[in-house]
Amino acid sequence: MLPGLFWLMALMVLPCLLIFGLIFFERGIYGGIDWSAMTLENIRRAFDPLYAVILWDSFRIAGLATAIALLVGYPAAYAISKAPEKAQTALLFLAILPFWTNYLIRTYAWIVLLNPAGLINTALASIGLGPWPLLYNEFAVVLGLVYNYTPFVILAIFAALQRLDPSYAEASRDLGATAATTFWRITLPLTAPGVAAGAVFVFVLSIGNFITPDLLGGGKFQMAGNLIYDQFLTARDWPFGATLSAGLIIIMLILLFAQALFSRRAMGER
Amino acid sequence: MRIPTLVKGLAAAAILAVSATAALAEKIVVSNWDGYMPKDIAEKFKAATGIDLEVSVHATNEEIMGKVTASGGQGYDVLFVSSPFAEALNKMGLLAPIDAAKIPNLKNLYPEATQLKHDPGNTFSVPYTWGTTGLCYRSDLVKSEPDSWASLLNPADDVKGKTTMLATDRWLMAPAFLLAGKSVNTTEQADLDAARDQLIATKKTLLAYDDTTFYSKLVSGEASLVEAWDGWCNYGIASKPEIKYVIPKEGSDLWVDTMVITKAAANPEGAAKFIDFIMNADNGKWMVENIMYKSPNKAAMDALDPAMLKQYPNMAIAPAELLKFEQLRDLGDGMKAFSKTVSEIMAAK
Repeated sequence: MLPGLFWLMALMVLPCLLIFGLIFFERGIYGGIDWSAMTLENIRRAFDPLYAVILWDSFRIAGLATAIALLVGYPAAYAISKAPEKAQTALLFLAILPFWTNYLIRTYAWIVLLNPAGLINTALASIGLGPWPLLYNEFAVVLGLVYNYTPFVILAIFAALQRLDPSYAEASRDLGATAATTFWRITLPLTAPGVAAGAVFVFVLSIGNFITPDLLGGGKFQMAGNLIYDQFLTARDWPFGATLSAGLIIIMLILLFAQALFSRRAMGER
Repeated sequence: MRIPTLVKGLAAAAILAVSATAALAEKIVVSNWDGYMPKDIAEKFKAATGIDLEVSVHATNEEIMGKVTASGGQGYDVLFVSSPFAEALNKMGLLAPIDAAKIPNLKNLYPEATQLKHDPGNTFSVPYTWGTTGLCYRSDLVKSEPDSWASLLNPADDVKGKTTMLATDRWLMAPAFLLAGKSVNTTEQADLDAARDQLIATKKTLLAYDDTTFYSKLVSGEASLVEAWDGWCNYGIASKPEIKYVIPKEGSDLWVDTMVITKAAANPEGAAKFIDFIMNADNGKWMVENIMYKSPNKAAMDALDPAMLKQYPNMAIAPAELLKFEQLRDLGDGMKAFSKTVSEIMAAK
């Protein structure tokens, strides 16, 4: 417990406190931080409707990515859990195999696939279709996020399916429920905590992602991650970047809290 | 128990003594963009001066700014940064003055390179490279040759969806300012608003914002007209001669990358020797031939093979021509309004 607490303090609580501390100062004229006076100016600036619009857009794109990742990830996890035990290890290994390659390289690989002269459009052209605009649009951004984060969903849901006692489903079938009814009324509700955990993974990581919108979106999509990145690095306005980060952290904490409550309730119902 | 303690103490003393001798060997630390000077620069510099050179790498101006402002410049002797950043570092009091007597090779600079607006007389910075920002295009893919920023910002139908703009905020905004006849350093709200409206309209016609691969998009034909730094357009020209570079009639900015010495430098003498070394004709020539930027170093430019100037016409732009363009300057307090405008453009659909 104690070492865990120490790491949590050092790697999580302290950095967050540093961010929260910066909120109350202003950017120096030439960048850096002006420590001479405290102010609420950054908070006032952060409430500009512009940032609400950017945040809403990020939520929309991250939400879409989350939904698709769940739709892809659940069947995959379900199939893996039904596979013979020996195959399971191999299949899970395959699911996480992409993580052995650097994130940037995997993202660039999508550019090679999706660009107008890329593999997919070349293949389409050979059967008389296309070229389709697959790159530098919202489709590409969502695709990139889904591709990168679906393995987390698979792992989270697989873990939930593993913990599920098969006798529940057997009892349901014994009592005359169809396979579909059993899935909808027994399996899915009992694995809801795994679904929620996977969803939170994808959503939180997508919101903070700035590389995928930059590379696959052609820089045309400003997500919360890009906005914060730009404030810290391009505008060199650390205090304002910290303010925006703090806002995002608070919203994420509320979401995580909601997810925890939801999971606890789902467990309680069992 | 005593003996081991004594042994430990002796060992510690011995280590101290060794590191003290090591410290006697002179050393400097230089931070530069990766690949922006010859790979064997450390060996060459050591052979010429006997000073050890440690090269540290930064990916962007902002990255080294962050490191240096956080540490007060501690741990670095020489930095390579773009001129607005040199200016900001100097205003924050983090730079040492340049002592011309210790850098005799300053005489290699074009006279124009000593009159740069961010630092006339090279009091705190020495220019390393300079150039323009303009239009780089496929002469075989565009119907009419571009000659104005309007060709990019209000593109003709044949290039719509096949253009890119630079993503870095200052160069993202500059074309709109130049087209409207404004200063590239304006922070007037009316100018920002007008540029925002123009650039939001332009955004719908863009293939992408791209700082790093725009020239390969030209080579592959994905793009036919892009906003580019002249040196980077040369990378495209090198693999596809149909690619051309033009400075729009409304003008360009003049960008300058510089070398500065930190006030906290542990070895200011060595730092001056290093800048002097970089300023010799050989190292300057290496930069032009390999990085394909123009050099403010006359000795280096004179040493070039004239065939190179022919293949890459933008390298032959005369220093007097360059000086006609306005340099990007640090925006100071105007940065907040400026960066909000950039966010507005980025958030627009």
